[in-house]
Amino acid sequence: MAEAGARLLVVDDNKVNRLLLIRTLELQGHRGVGAENGRVALEMLEREPFDLMLLDIAMPEMDGFQVLERLLANSRLRDLPVIVTSAVEGMDSVVRCIELGADDYLHKPVNPVLLRARVNSSLEKKRLRDAQRELVRRFATSEVAQDLQQSGFALGGKHVHATVMFADIRGFTAMSETQPPEETIELLNTYYTLMFDAIRAQGGVVNQMIGDGLMAVFGAPLPIAEPPLAAVRAALDMIEMIELLNVERAAEDKAPIHIGIGIASGEMVAGYTGTQQRATYTCVGRTVNLAARLEAHTKEAQRTILIDGDTLAALPPDVQVEVLGKVPLKGITPEVAVFSVERDQKL
Amino acid sequence: MTDAAIDLATWRELQDTAGADFVAELVGTFFEEAPAMLAELRRARAQADAERFRRAAHSLKSNSNTFGALALGALARQLELQGMHADPAHDAAALEALEAAYAQAAAALKELARG
Repeated sequence: MAEAGARLLVVDDNKVNRLLLIRTLELQGHRGVGAENGRVALEMLEREPFDLMLLDIAMPEMDGFQVLERLLANSRLRDLPVIVTSAVEGMDSVVRCIELGADDYLHKPVNPVLLRARVNSSLEKKRLRDAQRELVRRFATSEVAQDLQQSGFALGGKHVHATVMFADIRGFTAMSETQPPEETIELLNTYYTLMFDAIRAQGGVVNQMIGDGLMAVFGAPLPIAEPPLAAVRAALDMIEMIELLNVERAAEDKAPIHIGIGIASGEMVAGYTGTQQRATYTCVGRTVNLAARLEAHTKEAQRTILIDGDTLAALPPDVQVEVLGKVPLKGITPEVAVFSVERDQKL
Repeated sequence: MTDAAIDLATWRELQDTAGADFVAELVGTFFEEAPAMLAELRRARAQADAERFRRAAHSLKSNSNTFGALALGALARQLELQGMHADPAHDAAALEALEAAYAQAAAALKELARG
């Protein structure tokens, strides 16, 4: 009974039908609330949340077709699963309901076994949809969310040209060993909120978070103008936000935090990986490894933002960088030229 | 008489899935609602309102079949599908037959609901 406890709205002008449907649902572990016509149902949907609606067609005041039309036009209610229950005969009304977005159709008198199967299937679909939406909301921009919705979460892959960023907090592990655990989690949440804001504002997508580290992609899955510049801008904003956070921390007598950021641009393989239930947009390839190595190298180089030559080549000439020369990075051959972006500049 | 008015298999199945006490209550609700549907049919007929006529017949059909009142349901279904007849006298006879079937079904349901 994974779906137990769902709240269902039962819309039927006929009291016997309404009571019987509610009773059947309750015996199946759900909660049912009745509405005697379409108008009342819409009022209730505006007021309180429901997981699913069972909808009669022939009703006075506002019939089932009209209710379905209203739902389609309402962005908040468009995705409410609807199972039409009716004793109206003939295929025409069934077809019309499906065309108007109903998930399913049950003929009255409703068979309880069929009802259970259809309700659970609709709730499961809704649960998956909600979970996907939530996942997308947390990890992606609205553009990516749309891409995902439209592609139906196709877990395919392709070559893309994009910019990848890695960032993490310097010495965070040591820090987490000396402060109370709740303070560590609170700091991480503040940190992620600030970093997400900075990255999203420049069109980037955060697609991985591990401990105090994160990975973001610029220019994929959907193209943006000048991904390298967007990534460097995001990096400068991130540094600025960390500095503001450090002012607050100083006021609370807490040690400042420092982050390191690595950025690389080029070809990579990108796609949605995972399962239908849990998918994330990810990129793999040499460019991604390089960005990770650059980020790791910020500590040794004692710089905050390190970028590769391909990123630099795409930046406007007025961007202030320091040339660090060729640097040996683990797993990266041949050695690549590394550049440090000056912190205090507006792009 | 009970056998003719109510299909016992349907009735038992309803009791099994919804609970005998609940079904007894539901029969009570039907007894409150059905006379209004019959009256609505008469009113719609008198006012020549075909849409209301059809909807009342539809409602009565739906409930009759729920309780296994198949004869009553079949008569109501006929009225729903044919709609209002051009000749009011034709419908008057049909409505009388429907009311007689309801009286039979109601008596049988009362008996069954008492257990």
